[in-house]
Amino acid sequence: MTINPDWYLALGVVLFSIGAIGVLVRRNVLVMFMCVELMLNAANLTFVTFARMLHDIGGQVLVFFVLVVAAAEVVVGLGIVVAIFRRRSTANADDLHLMKG
Amino acid sequence: MLGSMGVVLAAASTSGHASWVDVGTFAVAAAIVLAGAIGVVVARNPVHAALMLVMTLFGVAVLFVLQRADFLAAVQVIVYAGAIVVLFLFVIMFLGVDREENIAAEPLRGQRPLAVALIALATTGLLLLGQVSRWTTGAPHVAGPDTGQSNVALLGRSVYTTYLFPFEATAALLVIAVVGAVVLSRRPPTTGPLANPQDGEPIADDADGPDPTADEVAGPDGRTDATTGGAVVPVPSSTGRAGPSGSHQETRP
Repeated sequence: MTINPDWYLALGVVLFSIGAIGVLVRRNVLVMFMCVELMLNAANLTFVTFARMLHDIGGQVLVFFVLVVAAAEVVVGLGIVVAIFRRRSTANADDLHLMKG
Repeated sequence: MLGSMGVVLAAASTSGHASWVDVGTFAVAAAIVLAGAIGVVVARNPVHAALMLVMTLFGVAVLFVLQRADFLAAVQVIVYAGAIVVLFLFVIMFLGVDREENIAAEPLRGQRPLAVALIALATTGLLLLGQVSRWTTGAPHVAGPDTGQSNVALLGRSVYTTYLFPFEATAALLVIAVVGAVVLSRRPPTTGPLANPQDGEPIADDADGPDPTADEVAGPDGRTDATTGGAVVPVPSSTGRAGPSGSHQETRP
């Protein structure tokens, strides 16, 4: 018998919170992306745990799709970062205030 | 971290029917995950943050194995640690932003404590909610039980039958992402009207990619952006705007 699923869910909550804090606190766009990856991983961990709790493989399938979406998101996001860096030569979110009123 | 490990060990073992191997593996993996996550947030150097992210991803893969999601653990290591983080590292080094960031500088006053407090509040509420109520309600066995066969067989059958249409949509998504990445990162021909450096942002050219003045500025010594790895676009309008973070890089001879 494996350990209580509650611990996995609690770990997922904490991991998600750390990722959210990172997105809100950090200013480097790349590090913000990494923190988004942390949040996605917390969601994946929760999905797998629920798949085990409910004896349902659908949770794991959903993790599969989350992985694909995360890969696509990172590719496009880093492309945007590169394009921004070419114009502004900065990766700092605070320097990108073009639309500030 | 060791303290939290001890707490997890003690509490999880008191929950009864859990073998010490499982509990110990979970505790170590959880400690690795949390240490890596905190490292991503507090690391000054983006390269260090990426390496900490690898640590977290491996910990999550161990937790997947522990929950009998073998295929997902393999995919996690291959796709995340092998592709996504490497892509991050490529971009970090390609852009040349692998320098230390001043964490202590706080551009928005009071934003950081507020963010941390709000997230801590939400986390506490969520954990309490999980304590006083049930995590799951609803019917199990919707897409088939996850026992009896190998994980890969179950996952494959589910993907190719129940979730066939999302799987096909995934293919379209990947194609769109590839096209988007190519369009975003390709360098258009540098012909067109020169933007006035004093004129603020050349908004009209934004859709066309890099600033046409880049060629003129970098041109006379024969160095184009391609020779510097595309990291430096010494446009006058952006040199004047380089922030106090010091992330602007000047490598022209």
